[in-house]
Amino acid sequence: MIFLKAFLVGGIICAIGQLLIDLTPLTPAHVLTVLVVCGGVLSGIGLYEPLVKWSGAGASVPITSFGHQLVQGSLRELETNGIVGVLGGIFDLTSSGITAAIIFGFFTALIFNPKG
Amino acid sequence: MKATKKLGLQTVAFSRPVAIVSSASCVGPLEGEGPLRGSFDVVYPDMLNGAGSWEKAEVGMFKDAVQTALGKGKHSAQSVDFLLAGDLLNQCISANFAARDLGIPMLGLYGACSTMAESVGLGSALIDGGFAQYTVAAVSSHYASSERQYRFPTEYGGQKPPYCQYTVTGAGAMLLTNGQNIPGLAPRITHFTVGKIVDLGIKDPFDMGSAMAPSAADTILRHFSDLGLQSDHYDLVLTGDLAYVGSSILSELLHQSGLELGNRLRDCGLMIFDRERQQVFAGGSGCGCSASVMCGHIMETFKQGKLKRILFAGTGALLSPTSYQQGETIPCVAHAISIELCDDRALGGGTL
Amino acid sequence: MGKSAKAKSRQQMQYKDYQQLAKQKQLKIPVFRNVVVAFVIGGLICVFGQLLMTLFMRLGFAQEQAGNPTVAALILIAALLTGLGVWDVFGQFAGAGAGVPVTGFANSIVSSALEFKREGLILGIGGHMFSLAGPVIVYGAVTAFVVGLIHAVLR
Repeated sequence: MIFLKAFLVGGIICAIGQLLIDLTPLTPAHVLTVLVVCGGVLSGIGLYEPLVKWSGAGASVPITSFGHQLVQGSLRELETNGIVGVLGGIFDLTSSGITAAIIFGFFTALIFNPKG
Repeated sequence: MKATKKLGLQTVAFSRPVAIVSSASCVGPLEGEGPLRGSFDVVYPDMLNGAGSWEKAEVGMFKDAVQTALGKGKHSAQSVDFLLAGDLLNQCISANFAARDLGIPMLGLYGACSTMAESVGLGSALIDGGFAQYTVAAVSSHYASSERQYRFPTEYGGQKPPYCQYTVTGAGAMLLTNGQNIPGLAPRITHFTVGKIVDLGIKDPFDMGSAMAPSAADTILRHFSDLGLQSDHYDLVLTGDLAYVGSSILSELLHQSGLELGNRLRDCGLMIFDRERQQVFAGGSGCGCSASVMCGHIMETFKQGKLKRILFAGTGALLSPTSYQQGETIPCVAHAISIELCDDRALGGGTL
Repeated sequence: MGKSAKAKSRQQMQYKDYQQLAKQKQLKIPVFRNVVVAFVIGGLICVFGQLLMTLFMRLGFAQEQAGNPTVAALILIAALLTGLGVWDVFGQFAGAGAGVPVTGFANSIVSSALEFKREGLILGIGGHMFSLAGPVIVYGAVTAFVVGLIHAVLR
């Protein structure tokens, strides 16, 4: 059941991204930025977490989840360390994702060559 | 005082048609498998050809084209007065680095994809003006080197729209000389129409065809008007790289101005690839597109006597990633060259 | 109207007329096909992600923590496929279905680093790694900061 929900939610988020790319002059980089910001805003108003609980990877795999994790990181630090945490906690939850991207990206670039 | 060799507003007529001694085209594997296979002098097995980078491969291809053209024309680099050359890369590094190794006095040019027409026109003018006996006009483009400069990394997974074009990996070179040096029938350059930069507000950098069509129409119409030509004057009016969308728009623009060319109007970007079989979207683009078609297939067709008189209109989009990111539209230019199969007795604008 | 204003409005008419003509002759983007494919492929990538998450939970991760290795695994897979030169073909086919999941983020980082490796380790790989992915990180962080600030003020 969770798999069907993951498929639906993930599919819908991607479909929204595709509509934005095809129907507006926005480039993919713009669209991904918009989606990250939306994920962050939805997280801030408390709507993204329930979506993750309901659809699992359907909400945690799309790039919107990156915005969600950045916001949650900030809010958690805010809880524990007050207003300073708003700055300091932003990358707490996403650090593994960004680190993975850097490390895997670096070694892949070292080993492979672009094929054109 | 009036310029004695200028006709109308933008066209130069050579007092003696400039002869094309020889030409050569070198292309990548995709181009080599296309409809014009067999018409290229060199087809590389891949886009690197053993070089350390795309740019270095393009320099190698550029040199091959010039050296092959010189070899076919039985001339050495030392006997060439000037090399007029350009490419799509920042600071024209392909042309400049190739010229460094070729040792020919070099005039670097940038007209984006219209550079072949520009260099042939200027190379002819230098000869007709008595400033040179032999010039070489050469250009190149490379899919990967231009992709990573103008658009995205080559392994990027972004989706391209169906109207975008595929930059040709190719180089073309032409050896030109004073008409008196080549007796008998040969393809000769009779006129050069210099284009004005035209911009009708297209912004999408993937939509080159729509951006360039107005400048092609402007120059072609200007050429016909400057010389007072009938619409059936040329066997072929060949644009550089308008591809599917741009060519369709150009036909309409010419029709609106009363010039009906019918199936005499063709485009190198549509000739070099088979859009059905090859993943090239709307068709080919790039300096190398018009150059490799002109220096290979078209020159061969002239040799076989199947073409008598053509107008080659190279088209270029003069944007950069910076101008695009600053929200600018895309200004374009087209230059036109008329080439006629005639002998060395022809004077003053060919058989006109 | 002044002379220059007249010329400007004539130019705007010319622009508009031309753009209408260009739009007519345009090769149309197959929006319906693209959206359906993006939906299906994006959905399938998320299903695959869910499989990975279930696997990691079986291996002992708690539900909240299973997301991290899942995302890392997806990034690794997209990185390898980018390096092998197949992701660009997949991306052309799937559009946002490949680009919107974290796989798209990974591809933008890896493809940039890979393309510019000829410019060396420092300025090439190092300097270009985030050229396409940068905006996502910058604006994600800015959003988090603004949202955090709003929360702090409202408390």
